[in-house]
Amino acid sequence: MKVLVAVKRVVDPNVKVRVKADGSGVDTANLKMAMNPFCEIAVEQAVRMKEAGVVSEIVAVSVGIAQCQETLRTAMAMGVDRGILVETNAEIQPLAVAKIFKAIVAKEAPRLVIMGKQAIDDDCNQSGQMLAALLNWPQATFISKVTINGEAAEVTREIDGGLENLRLKLPAIVTTDLRLNEPRYVTLPNIMKAKKKPLEVVKPEDLGVDVTPRLATLRMQEPPKRSAGVKVADVKELVAKLKNEARVIG
Amino acid sequence: MSILVIAEHDNAHLKPGVANTIAAAAKIGGDVTVLVAGHECRAAAEAAARIAGVSKVLHADAPHYRGFLAEKLADLVVSIAGGYSHILAPASGFGKNFMPRVAALLDVAQVSDICAVESADTFVRPIYAGSALATVQSKDRIKVVTVRITAFDAAPAGVSAAPVESIAAAPDSSLTEFLGQELTKSERPELTAARIIVSGGRGMGSAENFKLLEALADKLGAAVGASRAAVDSGFVPNDYQVGQTGKIVAPDLYIAVGISGAIQHLAGMKDSKVIVAINKDAEAPIFQVASYWLVEDLFKAVPELTAELSGQ
Repeated sequence: MKVLVAVKRVVDPNVKVRVKADGSGVDTANLKMAMNPFCEIAVEQAVRMKEAGVVSEIVAVSVGIAQCQETLRTAMAMGVDRGILVETNAEIQPLAVAKIFKAIVAKEAPRLVIMGKQAIDDDCNQSGQMLAALLNWPQATFISKVTINGEAAEVTREIDGGLENLRLKLPAIVTTDLRLNEPRYVTLPNIMKAKKKPLEVVKPEDLGVDVTPRLATLRMQEPPKRSAGVKVADVKELVAKLKNEARVIG
Repeated sequence: MSILVIAEHDNAHLKPGVANTIAAAAKIGGDVTVLVAGHECRAAAEAAARIAGVSKVLHADAPHYRGFLAEKLADLVVSIAGGYSHILAPASGFGKNFMPRVAALLDVAQVSDICAVESADTFVRPIYAGSALATVQSKDRIKVVTVRITAFDAAPAGVSAAPVESIAAAPDSSLTEFLGQELTKSERPELTAARIIVSGGRGMGSAENFKLLEALADKLGAAVGASRAAVDSGFVPNDYQVGQTGKIVAPDLYIAVGISGAIQHLAGMKDSKVIVAINKDAEAPIFQVASYWLVEDLFKAVPELTAELSGQ
């Protein structure tokens, strides 16, 4: 069974971004970049399924600038067999991502697509669901467990208030949540091996996909700051403040 | 303008976020219709009809809407979408799951997690874990929008009930089979609806130690939450998680215990009215957003706090 995984290059989650002074965007110049954490979980899941003999080939796909090749190499160092970069300098919104992936799915014919539930830059949480819609495939978002059982995937989803169990007919799309697995660290020998793995570069035009943004960002601003708080000496003072000053407890 | 709000419910009761989503619809302006789709969910449909600002409720009832699966809900919403300028749902686990599917089937963008309405086509939404607020304009003919429910005060009860109209279910796509749910059983309020939340982080040290927070929460009638670090460490289930990739909350009082205050956690709780932080590390970033902070070992402070509240 072939699996497709999506990997997005984002600002490292430990780096705090700032809005540019003119409000035109977020200043990402010279910031450390990394693979989106939920995409790492997606890659790890595919690699574990290959190690378990359920999956025969893993293809990682990234959409974005030339430097996304580094992100694909990281995925290959984790155990992905080959990479495809859909290279573009344009702003790519989730609907365009889904259309690009639909075109790649048509070429590659995977039985399962694993994507992160959300990218930690735009926080959209859309692409997986949109791809499932465009392909008319079943979807399971926010999964914490997946088992392939013949022609079906049995999944556990994280929902508000607990867990949900579904059975999806393959081919299907799943998006990862935190507890699915803990991604491995890449080792130096595997980084060296990854350099020799195939990496194909295509353009959105080659795939016949219109990536024109549907949403225009008019401006960006910093969120309002909270006013400075008060340090309390002990629990007694804290309770007194909560009762008499903040009046949030009776 | 004609707005369709998709209601989140459990077939008997509406979820609290529905009234907030209706309030966001009212800010856009226009006629508000609410869709209640489920199985044997008449009571939820009637509850939706009693919220102020609702002009009509559409009630779709079929066995395949049990479980509210994305494929089936999306097909239903798309089948009636033609007459609307906007489709709104709460940006909860429910809305996040099926709304992008609706948007893609309509070939339109989704605007995720809006925290303000500027005009009928322009909305404000947080990005980068709330480090920036982006004002975005949709050029699509139908605006598909999910709503950050903590950013909008709930619409009140209406003076009279709106009419409830039954509509036909869409065909069952049968791509996905619903096997069941395992819901966390708790007497405490739901996180996203609680007036007070007591939340624990990595500093709690173990699942066992969360009992300290539960005792405090029970004293306050509060919900229990957690940081991603506490979920990652296996102390509590994922549905406790507050933050960028978990739940967004804004209670009257948020008590953060043993939470250092990573930006990803702050993203989920910094709009709380009053924030209390208890941490033994005087340099913890959580103190920068706290209304009141106490530098103390939580294993001493939390039992003391519970006892102090019991003593009254």
